[in-house]
Amino acid sequence: MAGLTLSNVTKTFGDFDAVKDVSIDVRDGEFLAVLGPSGCGKTTLLRLVAGFERVSAGQIRIGGEIVSDAGGSVPPEKRRVGIVFQNYALWPHMTVAENVGYSLKVAKVDKTEARRKVDEALALVDLTGLADRRPANLSGGQRQRVALARCLVAAPSLVLFDEPLANLDVHLRASMEDEFAAFHKRTGTTIVYITHDQSEAMALADRIAVMDHGRLAQLATPRELYSEPANEMVASFIAQGIVLPAKVLSTESGNARVEVMGHEVTVRCRAGDGPRANASICVRTPDLEIAGEGEPGIDGTVMRAVYKGGALRIDFAPAADPDRVISFEYPGHTGFEEGARLRLRIVSGWLIPGSGQGA
Amino acid sequence: MSAPVKESRGQEMALTVAVAVVIVLLSLLPMLRLIKEIVAPGGTISDTAIRLGLASPATWTATVNTLVVGFGGTVLAVLLGTFVALLVTLTDIRGRSTLVLAYVMPLMIAPQVTALAWLQLFGPASPFLKMIGMAPPLGSRNPLYSTEGIILLLGVQYGPLVFLLVRAGLRKLPRELIEAARSGGAGWFTVLRTIVLPLMTPSIVAAAALAFVSCVGNFGIPAFLGIPANYLVLPTLIYQKLAGGGPAVLGEAAFLSVLIGIIAMAGILAQEVMSRRRDYRISSTSLPADPYELGKWRLPVEIGMWLFIVLILVLPLFGLLLTSLVPGYGIPLGWATATLDNYRFVLFEHAAAQRSFFNSFALSIAAAAFAVLVAVPVGYLVAWGKQKWIRYVNLSIELPYALPGVVLAIAALLMFLRPIPFTGIQLYNTVWIILYAYLARFLVLALRPTVSGYHQIDRALEEAAQVAGAGLFTRLRTIVFPLVAPAALAGGLLIFMTALSELTVSALLWSSGSETIGVVMFSFEQGGDSSYAAAMSAITVSITFVLMLATNLLAPYLPNGVLPWRD
Repeated sequence: MAGLTLSNVTKTFGDFDAVKDVSIDVRDGEFLAVLGPSGCGKTTLLRLVAGFERVSAGQIRIGGEIVSDAGGSVPPEKRRVGIVFQNYALWPHMTVAENVGYSLKVAKVDKTEARRKVDEALALVDLTGLADRRPANLSGGQRQRVALARCLVAAPSLVLFDEPLANLDVHLRASMEDEFAAFHKRTGTTIVYITHDQSEAMALADRIAVMDHGRLAQLATPRELYSEPANEMVASFIAQGIVLPAKVLSTESGNARVEVMGHEVTVRCRAGDGPRANASICVRTPDLEIAGEGEPGIDGTVMRAVYKGGALRIDFAPAADPDRVISFEYPGHTGFEEGARLRLRIVSGWLIPGSGQGA
Repeated sequence: MSAPVKESRGQEMALTVAVAVVIVLLSLLPMLRLIKEIVAPGGTISDTAIRLGLASPATWTATVNTLVVGFGGTVLAVLLGTFVALLVTLTDIRGRSTLVLAYVMPLMIAPQVTALAWLQLFGPASPFLKMIGMAPPLGSRNPLYSTEGIILLLGVQYGPLVFLLVRAGLRKLPRELIEAARSGGAGWFTVLRTIVLPLMTPSIVAAAALAFVSCVGNFGIPAFLGIPANYLVLPTLIYQKLAGGGPAVLGEAAFLSVLIGIIAMAGILAQEVMSRRRDYRISSTSLPADPYELGKWRLPVEIGMWLFIVLILVLPLFGLLLTSLVPGYGIPLGWATATLDNYRFVLFEHAAAQRSFFNSFALSIAAAAFAVLVAVPVGYLVAWGKQKWIRYVNLSIELPYALPGVVLAIAALLMFLRPIPFTGIQLYNTVWIILYAYLARFLVLALRPTVSGYHQIDRALEEAAQVAGAGLFTRLRTIVFPLVAPAALAGGLLIFMTALSELTVSALLWSSGSETIGVVMFSFEQGGDSSYAAAMSAITVSITFVLMLATNLLAPYLPNGVLPWRD
């Protein structure tokens, strides 16, 4: 087991920066999820760590040892990194036991010793008794577990998961999520888990690295990402946050007084944040309320109200800025029709730290 | 039943019946006729033909020889083809598409031309060896007139066949399977040995079966290399028997051709059995693996690869070209002696050679055009038809091509030796019997690309026309044909190239007046006029090469893999 350190890693294909200046420090035994929309560079990041791609600039260290820098690259077979692929990548011409024992055979481990380790690994993923099956005769979940056992058996310093649940159906996904969590707890392995699914990342990871266009947008715990997004991208990406323009009037010990569309509210903010114009705040559905008679709020019109089962999804056009449609979910079944006037009250929110600086 | 329903059913019926008639005439009838000749010659069941055939020592010698060169050629083809496929597909070697074009080229050259070219390169009269001062003395024996020579040339001829199949398999290999092994600690050669090659066994076995059938049925190479050394394989034995005995020995020839058919089928069956035991279906649409970086070996490997191409392609063709310019046997070639007389002779002076160019062109164009026209409706039924028996249609069209050409030629002889019943039309001893055999044998070459063309077309395009009120024939003509036309035409061009210098079938079916290029080339060589044969070969090779490049222009409109030489 070992930590993983990426320092200013950049990977360029032609004139396209797939990964740009990314620095991440993964602690020994940590579960890190790398989250981002497709094309954000997360898979390239994984292939850089595994050694299938070479860095254009920067440095990658595993357990303190440099494995990639601009000068050279340790080949994948010498990195002791385990990978669980999205399509499992089980070899169809080998049995389950042969698949799992492959790295031991390559390392010329004594046969009885290898057999014992394979049995142990299979027991760990609950596949005892299936050793002589072929991958073709296994279910999706079983294949996934064989893939897990295969990377376990080599006692890797680091395990990489490449969207391992993307090919499974919803039910299986939930149970495999539990299994991965248990796997991490049991083995204490350092894990880097690539996914585009937020709930998966939130449920599993100690920390999440959000990537956007090859850059690291934010590296934080799931809670922090949700409640204190560092920039507008993370704010709108995580749980579909609503980003609204705001003018910061004053700040005081973690709270800021801001003006949003002519409506003054108090939101949380990072200590040390100061007053400025052109800032943004992040608001989520629980932070919104329909204002009662005489209460202050943002006036506007309901553009559309769609029933989503248990809640209404409302597209709201503020009178002050009708093009900036605010979409939010409102618990309940009826009560709003297209064209209805409405006043929206912001109860709480988060002042996005980076926003509006220099303006 | 209402009139519109009747009309639509009627068109469908007409199409099905027409396809069935074509298949019965071109595929089932000749095979049945051949079997009847063996089992019940003259109408009564008898085992005389079988017993006579088995009693002849020549049969046994030729069978053993066939198996020896068949296995030898297959092993060499598999080694060469697989090696080149691995190198070209899995490494970062440069100039890949040029390499593929050059390596696949021998497949598009008729076997007897390959044989002639190599003979000219290594013989005592070789202009090339004379140029570099290494020619053996005149009168000494050409080393290629031997078992080893035949095996070598079969391996060179059919290595590309193996290459194409293995390369197709390698391209479908998902990169994760290789990457999983590498992150499991395996170096490149271990990955090759434990992952890549085992996963490629189905492809390699299938390729080996195909190469075996081709080697066993090959006529041109053992005819040019074996007959002078009196080393006979079954196809050349049949040829000699018929050339010497005429229709009288047809029964015996029929037995021998069935024997080749059985050997070929045994090869195919062995492949079926082996691949059933190892079904490693890879169902992934992942990217192909990153190429292995050769590093400092890159340049040496590339040089080695091109030297190999020079050896198997450039030098033999160069030898052929030089021989075609030599004024007479054994005369050294120089600027002063080089002459185009041989070309003038075969093109303008020799009557049979002139006729043969006309015949071969006419036959190839007719066969290609017919196959394109038939392939569109047959392909329609095969690819989109719902009938269960379609599978067998496909199989029975493959049969005349899968079986060695000699088998089909003998069957055609048996069918048309006497005038066609009720009509009195005589095909035997005319060019039409060759045309019939070409149609039967090469139809599948146009059908395969057409079917893969159909699989790439969204059927909704046809259904939209149907909704718009177009009947089946109207849809075929206005919608379907224009859409699959490029694929069918490419198949037609493949047929044209193959038929142009075809020898196996026409060697048994030709008569005075219906000579083909292959036949005339063969008789020139047998008569010792290698220069004339070389001139004719050079002409056909250049036509083939120009056509290959011209067909590349069609490539953007074709399904992948239709043009074997295009990467």
